[in-house]
Amino acid sequence: MNSKLLRAVVVIALLALPCVALAQITEYQQEQWLHTPAVTSHIGNLTGNANSDRVKYDYRRYCVGCHGDLGDGNGENAIWFIPPTYAKPRDFELAVFECRSTPTGTLPVDQDLFDTIARGMDRTNMPPWNTFTDRQRADLVAWIKHYSPRWQTEKPGTPITIPAEPEVTPERVKAGQEVFARVQCWKCHGVTGKANGPSAPTLTDDLGRPILPYDFSSGARPKCGSTDRDIYRVFMTGLDGTPMPSFADNIKPDEAWELVFFLRTLQPNNEYNKKEKAIAKELNLKPLNALQLSQ
Amino acid sequence: MSPAHKYWTHWIVVAAIVLATLQTANALPAFARKYGLRCSACHESWPMLNYFGQKFKDNGYQLMNDRDSPIWQNPSYWPVTFRITPIWHVVTTKNVVVDSYAGGVATGTTSSQNIESSGFDLSGLDFHTGGTLEKNFSFYVLPSSDPTGAFHFESVFARLDNLFGSPWLNIKLGRFELDNLLSEKRILTLTGNGGIYQLYHFIPAGDGNIFGQIGDNQLGVEVMGHSANDRTRYSASLISSNDGNVNLTLGANSYTGFFTASQAFDAGKLGVERIGAYAMVGEAATYYLTTGSVPIPGSGIANKGFSREGFVGQFYFGPHVDVQVVTQHGSDNAWFGQGYGNAVATDGNGGTTCGAAAGTPGCPANNFPGTTLPVGSQAPSWNGVTIEPHYVYSPQLIFIGRYETIHMSQQANGPGYAAGFTGPNGLTGPSASNLGNISDYTLAFRYNPFMTSRAGFAWHNEWNWMHQIGTGPLLGLSSPNATYTEFLTGFDFDF
Repeated sequence: MNSKLLRAVVVIALLALPCVALAQITEYQQEQWLHTPAVTSHIGNLTGNANSDRVKYDYRRYCVGCHGDLGDGNGENAIWFIPPTYAKPRDFELAVFECRSTPTGTLPVDQDLFDTIARGMDRTNMPPWNTFTDRQRADLVAWIKHYSPRWQTEKPGTPITIPAEPEVTPERVKAGQEVFARVQCWKCHGVTGKANGPSAPTLTDDLGRPILPYDFSSGARPKCGSTDRDIYRVFMTGLDGTPMPSFADNIKPDEAWELVFFLRTLQPNNEYNKKEKAIAKELNLKPLNALQLSQ
Repeated sequence: MSPAHKYWTHWIVVAAIVLATLQTANALPAFARKYGLRCSACHESWPMLNYFGQKFKDNGYQLMNDRDSPIWQNPSYWPVTFRITPIWHVVTTKNVVVDSYAGGVATGTTSSQNIESSGFDLSGLDFHTGGTLEKNFSFYVLPSSDPTGAFHFESVFARLDNLFGSPWLNIKLGRFELDNLLSEKRILTLTGNGGIYQLYHFIPAGDGNIFGQIGDNQLGVEVMGHSANDRTRYSASLISSNDGNVNLTLGANSYTGFFTASQAFDAGKLGVERIGAYAMVGEAATYYLTTGSVPIPGSGIANKGFSREGFVGQFYFGPHVDVQVVTQHGSDNAWFGQGYGNAVATDGNGGTTCGAAAGTPGCPANNFPGTTLPVGSQAPSWNGVTIEPHYVYSPQLIFIGRYETIHMSQQANGPGYAAGFTGPNGLTGPSASNLGNISDYTLAFRYNPFMTSRAGFAWHNEWNWMHQIGTGPLLGLSSPNATYTEFLTGFDFDF
């Protein structure tokens, strides 16, 4: 048995030899990746490293098909993602990210990217990669950062402060509807939140590609998280690269919370909106009149 | 050949046919095409799943990104994948008893020879189709042929996913692979003996339990659940004790439960480690009513019990090395040990192969009323382990090793069995303690020259050596032990 096993090992090894050479990272990838700057990420006590052996392996295995070797969002599958149904993959060279805790126009903090990888981007082809270890995600954050020089020349923005969430009351829900009217959320999202506002068909992202507003009535998860704090954050930071602006200069924190409460009434029943839905029912809350609003 | 030899040779042929059809795997470029992900996103090496692929499967073939419903696909999208494997292989069987001739006439004596066959060959053909019917309604249909083109339904099920909005409750109904963490349907090896997990199919020598093979797809209902990141998983299946055969050809009212639970841990640089356990507890018929002495399919009663239980481990040591371990303790009721349980003798596809009266040569025993077990009969039991390390050089090249060993801990024919007495299981006298023990080694590598989200192709090379103690004479061999060797090279592709 031992001699047979040895012979089998030799034969298998000889046959595998050319494959070992062929299965290495391609010359093209080597050229792009060997000069990786020493970019790191910091998530809590965890330090991710763009030069780790693992991250190249993971990026190649999981990410490159969409985001491409160069991180420019031109992986082999990118041409099949046709906006607005499917958003194009993120171009890491631009370092413009939708889901941030930092003010509009600034770089996100590492934790933002770390969370986005695990959460995925609903209504896009970016799935929740929450099966990764924290180490894998931290390394991938560092890896993503190596694609843009912005990370060498700019510092991430300072995360916004989110005040404590007030109690949900009928008055706040009604006030939220007024904010909804005042800052013209309805123009894109529609008066019932069904993404059918008058501006919806004309929306494009910063690269001129068609994009759909979020349909509150669909039951789909908001891209940047489902909790009240996540939705609040989106008002105040905007979704960079999309037509969704930051309202940090237009609405006060209290008003932002009121808007959160009102938007909850536009969603189908879920684990977050029981109180708001009950209040809307009690108030017999009617949708705004689009005609009156547009006059 | 003696009747016993003929009996066992018959079963070798049946087993070979069944094993040939078992080499089906669920790797779907159709899913990759739907979602625009490369094979490597879900497969450690196609078709073996990685953690992300396991989560995708557990979610009902959904990424959970609100684009899972087919309404989001181009209407021309048709989720079909075929898989087939053209190969060249050489198979050696040691010490086969062959007839001797002199002057063109059989001498009536036999000699012992090693039989080595080599040549080009084909695997069966699989047509996989699966995905979602609507968000949280998934399905899988897999018509599969043996190498001659005879089709059967290897897998057919519909699944209700995320019931009440929770990943903890999913229900599947149909014919499906049991929730084995080390999946035989996604096995990375292809040879006759290396292309299955021996542990998933082990039946003691002479044993009549046609069920208890956790590697076969089974008919039943499965409830399973998992945490959002799939770190925690459980499943419970209720399956008919008919070895996945359709048309209720076996026991009319015998069922088996299969239960699994596992937990994964984040081990930092090493990766995600998973440990779990499984148990199969069931009953199967030993007495089939007869008409004209011929067993009536579907009439099985006099159920007896059996069990399989063990631990599973999936251990990662960084991005390149992982080791998968499965242990098993198995036990069959003494009636199965004596060869009862298979009087209808199915061919693996719902038909029957034994039309004569039970107990005649070639037809297994039937537990007629008043039948008693031979003195010294015991419940056979065994312990086994499968250890399968992988070295993933890159997502395009994987090296596979496997060692399996199964040791009987208690034989059906115990020490009290009468010497010289041949029981209904075909075994004479008390059995040696190591009768039926198996050792199995497999070495292989698979090289994928390209990696896209459209199709899969692997150059596959594999060597397997399997050795079973004491079953040589039962299998028509001149040596006490049965030994098989196979080397295989071929192209494994799907589109």
